[in-house]
Amino acid sequence: MGDHVVFMLQLIITGIAVGGVYSLMALGFVLIFKASAVVNFGPGELVLFGAYVSWATILPMKLPLYVALPITLGVAILLGLVIERGVLRPLIGEPIISVIMVTFGVASVIRGVLNMTWGSDTRPFPVLFSQEPFHLGPVPVSPVHLWSFVGVLVLLAGFSLFFQYSLTGMAMRATADNQQVAQSLGVSVKRVFALSWCVATVVSTLGGIILGSVRGGVDFSLADLGLKVFPVVILGGLDSVAGAIIGGVLIGVLENLSGGYLDPVLGGGVKEVAPFVVLVIILMLRPYGLFGKVEIERV
Amino acid sequence: MQCGGFRISYRGDERIFDTAVPIVGVVLLLAVLSVVPWYATTYWLDVINRIGIAIIGALGLNILVGYTGQISIGHAAFLAVGAYATGILEIQLGLPFYLAIPLAALIAAGFGLIFGIPSLRLRGLYLAIATLAAHFIATYGIIHWERMTNGVLGLMIPTATVFGIPLDSDARIFYLIFALVVPATFFAKNLFRTRVGRAFIAIRDRDVAAGVMGVSLYRYKLLAFVISSAYAGVAGGLMAHHSRIVFPDAFSLLVAIDYLAMIIIGGLGSILGCIFGAIFMTLLPEVLKLGATSLTGVYPNAFGLIASMRDIVFGFAVIFFLMYEPQGLARIWLRIRSYWKLWPYAY
Repeated sequence: MGDHVVFMLQLIITGIAVGGVYSLMALGFVLIFKASAVVNFGPGELVLFGAYVSWATILPMKLPLYVALPITLGVAILLGLVIERGVLRPLIGEPIISVIMVTFGVASVIRGVLNMTWGSDTRPFPVLFSQEPFHLGPVPVSPVHLWSFVGVLVLLAGFSLFFQYSLTGMAMRATADNQQVAQSLGVSVKRVFALSWCVATVVSTLGGIILGSVRGGVDFSLADLGLKVFPVVILGGLDSVAGAIIGGVLIGVLENLSGGYLDPVLGGGVKEVAPFVVLVIILMLRPYGLFGKVEIERV
Repeated sequence: MQCGGFRISYRGDERIFDTAVPIVGVVLLLAVLSVVPWYATTYWLDVINRIGIAIIGALGLNILVGYTGQISIGHAAFLAVGAYATGILEIQLGLPFYLAIPLAALIAAGFGLIFGIPSLRLRGLYLAIATLAAHFIATYGIIHWERMTNGVLGLMIPTATVFGIPLDSDARIFYLIFALVVPATFFAKNLFRTRVGRAFIAIRDRDVAAGVMGVSLYRYKLLAFVISSAYAGVAGGLMAHHSRIVFPDAFSLLVAIDYLAMIIIGGLGSILGCIFGAIFMTLLPEVLKLGATSLTGVYPNAFGLIASMRDIVFGFAVIFFLMYEPQGLARIWLRIRSYWKLWPYAY
């Protein structure tokens, strides 16, 4: 194989690995949106929160991973509950601008609290996987990417099973489908709203841990990655779990390929903007995305 | 007996000032403002100048979001276009600022027209996401059009000169800013007594109904974007002359969020609210700074915490207003006023 094929394969593989994390974040976003029609404009801060808390439990507190992880997830669940109970429930039925802005407010508070507690320096993230690259055919792959992708796959499979078979998962899908019908069948819609936030914070936290170990450190630039959720969910369809997963991988690959091939031509930074160009194109042509429900209002 | 707000004609109902008292108030306020530079310290003058710029920017955003109901997270991009257009026109073409700023407003308005196109097909959440994307694309363009914008390093803006007087001090810039804030405010206030303004409000309240009544959604939505971004263009031009340097980081997404917070904390769909919101958001970090200064004795690290304190207070302020006072400071002001109107007889 020629060098350029290897180059392309490498871009695609890295893209898939990063895209897996986008899928996780998008999953959290879509869950909240499906269940409660709330758009979370601070997905990056949830990721940041997870990354910092897991860093704090593993490194400064020197807890072993099997203790640190449950603690981190517990804190994440708590955060989800606080946000839902404290902020979003009182705003049910308010205009969309209020809901959008309140999630910005929450994100700002999270960012401020993290910054105040741990400062803005880059924190070295614990090395969870070996750094030695191995070869998949001719393509060098770093184990971090591989393991993070495997982790994402396991998580996504787990969540799919959860939604498919568990009673709670079914209640969540029912609520997403039709709140009134779900309520009349005995589903506590309030509980589902709270649960969807908890799942979202947990998923974002796991995304944060994976991103932290892929990048080898946590700092506030992680939060900027969170905004990539929007191209992902618009591409996949705002209310589609499958769309979030596939969209995440597609956007990951796309930004890597565009970065790899267009950066030399356009002079850098294409990776950051390409997903948003795709976003605008999709919004104009097919606003409901690949798998979303076709019920967008035309104006 | 006639009492309270008794109006017998539409003209009377539409008046900006119902009685002589607010006219006197406004004249007094303008008189006080015109002598501010002689008494204020450089520090406070700088703060007041930033408030003035923020008022113009917030007016523009409120016309779009508060009055027309088109959610935009791309306001920082309009400000950036205004600031960069001013800078480029002055540096590359050597135009004086009094031509560059109006031209920058026109250029920003043109961008608004383009940004506004998605609003013809999308609304609410989808429009918000589209403007978010537009923000990133515009920022990318600014950073990478290095020949003109000098990339991340930024542009140094030459001193503005009017009739041979260089506007090189905060006091002189103050007059430039307030010479624009006052007409901008009155234009916005007056806009909503005209056909155009009423069409905007109709679109916000129910776009389909507005369309049925003969409001051309196509024309008025784009017009709202154009007016809004022209305001932002002026604000951006003033920013360029106030800080004398224009660089991409000054127009990050956080700036757009700050402006949204301004109009929400001040009051959506309220001109007075823009002023209150601009004052609130500009003073917030300054008050925190003062607090930190007084705390340094007890807690030497206080200054390092200002940035994060600002984020926290800002976030809680937004959450608080949305939950307990969705119509913002303007509403609180109205309540206070109506309380005193009939004081001491509360009925």
